[in-house]
Parts: sequence; C-alpha cells; structure tokens
Amino acid sequence: MSSLPTVALIGNPNTGKSTLFNQLTGGNARVGNYPGITVERLSGTARIGERDVEVVDVPGCYSLAARSPDERVAIDAVLGRRGLQRPALLVLVVDATNLERNLYLALQLQELELPFIIALNQMDAAGKRGLKIDAAAIERRLGVAVVPIVASLGQGLDTLRLQMAAALGLGPRRGPASPWRWEPSPDLSADLDHLVGHLGDERPPGLSPEAARAVALWALMSIDTDDELDDVPASLRLAVLGVHKQARLSGRDPDQEVAAARYGFIDACAPEFLDRPAKPPRSMTERIDRVLIHPVLGFVVFLLIMFVIFQALFAWSDPAIGLIEDTFAALAGGVRQALGVGVIADFIADGLIGGVGSVIVFLPQIILLFTFIGLLEDSGYMARVAFLMDRIMNRIGLHGRAFVPMMSGFACAVPAIMATRTMERTRDRILTMMVVPLMTCSARLPVYTLIIGSLFPVEGPEGLPVQGLLMVGMYLFGTVTTLAAAAVIGRTILKGPRVPLLLELPAYHRPQARSILRLVSQRARVFLTEAGTVILVCTIALWGLLTFPREPAPTNMEATAADSAPERVEPADEAGERLRQSYGGRLGRFIEPVIEPLGFDWKIGVGLIGAFAAREVFVSTMGVVYGIGAEVDEENATLRSRMKSERHLDGTPVYTPLMGLSLMLFFSLACQCMSTLAAVKRETASWRWPTFMFVYMGVLAWVVSFVVYQAGRAMGLG
Amino acid sequence: MNERTLAELVPSQGGVIAEVGGDRSFRRRLMELGLVPGTLVTLRQVAPLGDPLEFEVRGCRLSIRRREAAAVILSA
Repeated sequence: MSSLPTVALIGNPNTGKSTLFNQLTGGNARVGNYPGITVERLSGTARIGERDVEVVDVPGCYSLAARSPDERVAIDAVLGRRGLQRPALLVLVVDATNLERNLYLALQLQELELPFIIALNQMDAAGKRGLKIDAAAIERRLGVAVVPIVASLGQGLDTLRLQMAAALGLGPRRGPASPWRWEPSPDLSADLDHLVGHLGDERPPGLSPEAARAVALWALMSIDTDDELDDVPASLRLAVLGVHKQARLSGRDPDQEVAAARYGFIDACAPEFLDRPAKPPRSMTERIDRVLIHPVLGFVVFLLIMFVIFQALFAWSDPAIGLIEDTFAALAGGVRQALGVGVIADFIADGLIGGVGSVIVFLPQIILLFTFIGLLEDSGYMARVAFLMDRIMNRIGLHGRAFVPMMSGFACAVPAIMATRTMERTRDRILTMMVVPLMTCSARLPVYTLIIGSLFPVEGPEGLPVQGLLMVGMYLFGTVTTLAAAAVIGRTILKGPRVPLLLELPAYHRPQARSILRLVSQRARVFLTEAGTVILVCTIALWGLLTFPREPAPTNMEATAADSAPERVEPADEAGERLRQSYGGRLGRFIEPVIEPLGFDWKIGVGLIGAFAAREVFVSTMGVVYGIGAEVDEENATLRSRMKSERHLDGTPVYTPLMGLSLMLFFSLACQCMSTLAAVKRETASWRWPTFMFVYMGVLAWVVSFVVYQAGRAMGLG
Repeated sequence: MNERTLAELVPSQGGVIAEVGGDRSFRRRLMELGLVPGTLVTLRQVAPLGDPLEFEVRGCRLSIRRREAAAVILSA
C-alpha cells in the first residue's frame, strides 16, 4: 500500500475536505494514528487516471505554522517528515466563501515549492452570497490548476480527477522562478539564510535552496519560548529564539511582517478574481443564528436538543441493550444445554459469549451518540454549542465542546470518552476523558437502588423522602465531583500554556445521511476492533479469576443431601462456595484489610472485583456470593433481606446505613469499569492515562469512603 | 488610554486594526487569519452569555474571547 503514490488533502477547517475525501475514496477510509500523538490519520485508496493512489486526509489547519505536536502534523504530512511518506501531490481544498483566508495556506504551499492543485469548494454557497469568483483568474495568478467543485453534490469531481492525474503525471514539478509571492525584507532574508544552516533533520532531503528557506520561515514562525514542539533540534531552537530577540531589539516584528506581506499580496490581487457585493444578501445562516444564538430562544433550543440526546442515550437505547443482553443470555443458556455442566461449557457461555456480549452491549449508545454528534457537526450546530457554553465551561477549564461528552457521561462513560474527538486539542480531550467517568453513569443506578432500597427507610423523620433524596444527592455528588476534578486536574497535571479560544461558526448545512452513516460505522468499527478486544480479554480474565481453581466443592453434607436430584444448573449454594474459593474470592479476602476501614468485608470485596466487568454486575455477584444465585436484580427481596441479616463475626450487622453510604460513595468515585479504561487506552493510544485515571479515582474513592465511614463511626452512627 | 479595542465594538460596527497585541502565539494566529494592521474588522454577534465575540474580516467569520479581543487596538 505504501508503494502507491500519496495524494494529501489539505485545507482550512470546515472547507468540506472530509466530504471530498470520502467522495474520492468511496468511503473506504482506514483509521490510523499519527505516530506519537493522538491525532487520527485517515487514508484511503482512490482511482486517479489509470492507477490507484493513496489519499491522506491532513487535519484541517489555517496555517502550516505550529506550536504543538498536533498542529505540526500538517507540515510533516506535506513535507514527508517524521516518517510520513512525502505526497506526490497535494490537493488544497479551498472554501470559496472564505477565499482570502484559504489562499493564505496556498501561498505557504508555494513557498515550499510543493506540487499542488486547488479544489475550489462550496461554489454554490459562494453564489448564494453574491460572490463572483473567477477560477481561471486565480489559476493565472497563482500558476496552479483551480477546479471549482461542490463536494457535497459530487459536482466537478471528474474534472478534479483529470487535473490530479495530469499533475501526477508530471512527476516532480519545478517550482516557479520565484515561489515567493512577496519580497522578504533584507533583514528577514538574512535571518532565513542564517536559519537554513540550523535546520538539520527538519529539512527533508531533496529540497531546493528556496524551499529550504521556506522551511526556515516555518521554523521562525512556529518556534517560541513556550511552544510544545518537543523534538525540534536544539540548535535550531536556539537560532530561532536568537533571531527573534535580535529582531525585537531592532524594532522588527517578523510575525507581523510575514502575515502582512502574504495578506498584502492576496488583497492586492483579490479584485482580479473576486467580486464581493457591497451589500451581501442576508444569508440563511444569519437568519437561523438569530434564533439559535438568541439569549433566550437560543438556550431553550439548546436545552431541548441536549434533552433529546440525553433521553436517547438513557431511554431509547434501553430496548436495544435489553435485546442484546437477552440474546447473549439465551445463547449462553443454549450452550449450557448442549454441553452440560463443566468448565468448557462455563468458559464458552460465561467467558466467551458473555465477553462478546459485554462489548456489543455498548453499540446502541455508541451508535445513537455518534448519530447525534454527526448531526450536530454536519449541520454546524456543534460549533454553536461551544459558542453558547464557552463562558461556563471555560470557568472550569474545559472546552465548550466538552459539554456533549460530559452530558453523555450520565448514560455511559465509554461513548462519552469516544465523543471527546469533537475537540481538536489533545489536552482538552484528555482532561475531559479523565473526569467524565465521575459522572453518574446508568450502570451505577442498580447499585445505588440496591443499597438505598435495602438499607434506608422510604420515609425518614418528619416524612422526609430519604430514598429519593439520597438518589438525587448521589447524582449531584457525581456532577459536582466531575466539575471539581476538571478544575483541579486542569490546573495541575494538565496545566499548560493557556490557549485562547479560536472558533469558527460554519454556515449551516443540511446534514448528509451518508456522511453520518460513515461516521457512525467508522466509530463503531474502531470501538469493536480496538477497545472491544481489550474489553473481551479483560472479561475472560475476570471470568477466570472468579471461576478457578475449580476444586470440587468441599463436601457440604446438607447441600449434597438436599440436592439428590441431578440438575443441570448447580445449586446456588454451591456456586457461592465455589466463588468464595476462587482466585477472585481469595483476592477479596486478600484486600479485606484495605477495605475494612471503609466498612466493607471480603464478600463485598469480591463484589467490587466482579463489578469491574460493569458496575451493575456488583448486584449479581453479591447474589452469587450470598448463595442466592446470579439471577437477582436490584429489587430482589431475598438479596435485600440477606444483606440486612449479614453479620460480622462479632455479631454486628455488616450492612448499616453508614456503610451503605460509604459503599455508594466508593462506587461513585472509583474507576470500577474496565471498559472505560479500555476506551481511554484506545483514545489516548497509551496505558499512561488509563493508569493515572484508575489510580486517582481509586485513591479518591478510598479516601472519601474512609473519611465518611470513620467520621460516622466516631459520631456513633452505624 | 483613548485607544479603542475590538472588544469595545457593538454589533455591526467596524474598525480598522492599528495593532495586534497579546501573547505571541495567539497574536501570530490572529494575524495569520487576516487580522493584520490596516484591515477592517466588524463585530457580527456576541454570545448570549457575553463571551465570546464573533467578528468578520475579509468576509470570513471567527470568534474569540473578549479578553483576546481587548488586545487588538483599532485606529482612531
């Protein structure tokens, strides 16, 4: 595959670059990662002329200048640096409605003498705004092919393919006599000559002296005292900082000089190819924004949309989740019927089928959430969410776009973590991922219901609705800790240079069903193949932990006597005994000293271990531990009364309201969910962040439960 | 302190940039987006909570926070 010539699509954000990418590749995109960073790399094969080419979608950018590894991907991709293949051709996707700003990037490509053609997209929208654009005049002025297209409708793509084939056939192209559309001042020129000598590995082989000066200019514009470009050669960094210092001393300003010179050229020649009406017609987007950005109406619509998404994740996904669970339970039951009692049947039924089921069960919420995200992104509303919420979210150090993932956390952290993709910066994504599992997800609900229902009165003194208040309190607690954790982590571990907001509110579009389908299937595929495998392996490992060793259950005379009739399903008592003897059971006993100060005994420890599969599994694990069987739910009266009658060795009850509170707080704070950890591993492409998350949430949970339980005891409660 | 900044515009009002201030990295980005001295900038709309602000420059829209807008000085 890497032997195919590469064509890179580059352009500003919101130019329709992804749409063009999908049109060219027919939607057969492969999702990869750029080495060392969490930016996804989309590539696919397209038929151009008579041959296949590899098309790569370069992340959207306004300029090649970079201050972080995420932003540097653009220049590395076009120059073929840092192990990336050098493209044989670039297609610059230009938004015709934002022509001048888009041409700024074109000038940079020319300075680097890169072979490129321009796909002039959204010509229809430009026409509606009364813009008259002469593509041939741009072609004459810049000396590169310019093809007007409407990517969403597939218009102009045949011409574009022809032009791409022609450009590819030319082989390495000779740049124009002077690729610079502006004249660097003598001082700047001297600076660049000086910096060229320090480029080192930043200068890819085979570059002409003029192009090398353009790379030096990139370094001059990008490198700063506080940038995050960690692997720039030290001598280049020193040289650039020296040049800036010298320039400041002599009253020069290279940043402004370069930007102003490029825009000077664009402004000077724009009248040749662009005719802007003096009074542009009021656009549809402006009319819609009058409602959606309205101080009152805007928030009403916003809350309505968010409520629908919330409802979908919480309620609409439920039948599908139930169906998946029932199907896999039936499958497992069928296997047991066929294979009888035994370790192989158990492995297939509980380990394998149960494991696959525990992966598939996430799909309904992932599909629903990404359908909504696709709608929000495609229509242009997601940027408005950030515009509306920035003021509030910024207070706690989160990006405005973090709102949708945060809200999704009420349903489930796994799709919420995947949804952090809507944010561009790695830091914003990671911060959101680190705190979103603290939101009260729906898997905590059965645990809370069991504890509150068993241990707290329906009505307290003076008719207080204790149970309801406690449930609301747990939800509030989860939300407040999430926000507090974001504020703390954002100011400590993820503290970085403050990055000011830069937001573009794109024109509203009618969402394209095909592109949303593509997004949803892509995300579902990535989840199944990457996070899913980790979850499956963990489920099987957890199953083994709670199943082995499989010594014959110690002869318990009463149990065997009562069980004279052979049954396929072993008696619940025996299952409980086996669980207690398993590695998981021993682990529960082993960790007992650690959890005892929180008010938990080793049986609850086993429940906590079982809950790693998913928090609600705590309920059925406790059912097994207490010998009632796995088929209990949180409303089960036997389980509830068994819990109430459970005694410590000294005869005091294990379950008291105080201990129940401690247990709920523990569940609220601890990262008791391997699927969440697997999702974070997938999204950050490392084990570092899931490990950090597991440790910080675990420590927080232990400390809070400890303080509450011990303080309560000291006050004579429990 | 008679200088007017971008943050002081009212919707539909425009001004010509005299000087772009602020942190180097963001200042550079603003200029690369076309906010160079001599350019006309118009305030289009303000977010309901008062921040951020959406501006139009050369027919392109972009939104930044009040804090950064206050570092862009307009000519009298």
